[in-house]
Amino acid sequence: MSLTSIISIALGAILVENFILVKFLGICPFIGVSKKMDTALGMGLAVIFVMGVSSIVCWLVNEYLLVTLKLEFMQTVAYILIIAALVQFVEMFLQKMLPSLYQALGIYLPLITTNCAVLGVVLLNTQYNYSFIESVVYGITGGMGFTLAILLFASIRERLAATADYPKAFEGFPIALVTAGLLSLAFMGFSGLKIW
Amino acid sequence: MKIGKQFRGGLINDNPVLVQLLGMCSTLAITTTLFNGIGMGISVMIILTCSNVVISALRKVIPEKIRIAAFVVVIAGFVTMVDLLLQAFLPDLSQSLGVFIPLIVVNCIILGRAEAFSSRNGIGASFVDGIAQGIGYTVVLVIISIIRELLGSGTFGSGILGPGGVGIRIIPEENTALLIVLPFGGFITLGCLIAFMQWYFNRKKAASKDEVASK
Repeated sequence: MSLTSIISIALGAILVENFILVKFLGICPFIGVSKKMDTALGMGLAVIFVMGVSSIVCWLVNEYLLVTLKLEFMQTVAYILIIAALVQFVEMFLQKMLPSLYQALGIYLPLITTNCAVLGVVLLNTQYNYSFIESVVYGITGGMGFTLAILLFASIRERLAATADYPKAFEGFPIALVTAGLLSLAFMGFSGLKIW
Repeated sequence: MKIGKQFRGGLINDNPVLVQLLGMCSTLAITTTLFNGIGMGISVMIILTCSNVVISALRKVIPEKIRIAAFVVVIAGFVTMVDLLLQAFLPDLSQSLGVFIPLIVVNCIILGRAEAFSSRNGIGASFVDGIAQGIGYTVVLVIISIIRELLGSGTFGSGILGPGGVGIRIIPEENTALLIVLPFGGFITLGCLIAFMQWYFNRKKAASKDEVASK
C-alpha cells in the first residue's frame, strides 16, 4: 500500500465518486439540512467525525470479532449498532459543548444514524477489503466529500430562495432535486480524474 | 379497519416517496432498470411488513428510551435474512443492487413507519400498513425505472423480458440518452415526478375550494 493508493482513494471519495452526487448515499440529510450554510457546515463536520470513527471501530470489530468468530453474516446488525452508539455519543457531546449547533441540527442529528452514507462507507470498506489505514482514509475523505457537496448545495439554495423564479409545482423539494441533478452533472466532470 | 383508506394513503395521499419524501437514496440509486426497481420494491415491502408486525407485537415491551435502537435491530435482522436469501436464489439481482440491499436498514421508510405507525397500532393494522406503504414505494420505483430505462437505454424490462433477458428495445440505441441512467437523470426524474404530484395536489385543493365557494 503506497501513498499513491491513499491519495487515489481520497480523490475518489471526495470528487470522482462523491458519496452524495455519484453514489447516492445520504440524500435525506443532504436535502433536509441544506437550507442554510452554517447548519450545513455543522452537519458536514458531524458526518466527517462519525464516518471516520465508525470506519475505525467497525473495521476493528469486523476483523477481530466477526471474522474470527465466523459471524460475517451479522455485519449489518453489528455495524448499525456501532453507528447508533457513536451518534448517541456525538449527540451528548454536542449538547454539552456546542448547544447552539445542537439546536440548529435538531432532528437531523439522531438521524445521522440512518444516514446511508455512514452505514454505506463501512459496508463498502468491507466489500472492497480495505486495510485499516485505507478504511480510515476512505471514511474521513468520504465525509469530506459529503461536506463539500452539502456546502455547495446549501450556497446554491440560499441564492435560489432569494432570487429564482420557477413554477409553483416545483416549490420546495422538486427544485432542490433538479438543482442536485445539475450539481451531479458538474461532478461528472471529475470522472476522468486519475493520478496513476 | 379502514383498509381501503390505508391503501389509498400508501399509494397516493401519503405515498412514502412522493409525499413523505422518505427513502430517497435507494429510490434514486437503483432505478436504472425495471428489474432492479421491482426487486428492490418487493424486498422493501417484505422487510417493511415483517418489521411492522414484529414491532407492533413488541410495542408494549420495548422501553420508550431505547425504542429506536430496538427498532433498528429488528429491521437489521430482517434485512440480513432478505440479503442472504437474495444472494442464494437471485444472485444477479443481489449483484446489481449491491450495497443497497444491506442499506435497506437505514431506509427511512421502514424506521419512519415503525416510529409513526406500528409502534402505536395493532398487529393487523400494521400488517396492512406495511403492505400498503410497500406497494406505494414499489409503484414509484417501477415508474421511475421505466422512465429511466426507456430514455436512458431505450429498452423495457431488461433482465426479465425479451430474448436473453436484454429487454424489449423501443428506442434505437443511437437515439438514447445515457445521461438519464447516470445520477443526473435520477435526480431530474424524481424531481419532475414530485413536481407533478404537487401540481396534482394543488389543483385538487383549488378545485375543492371552488366547490365550497360555489355552495
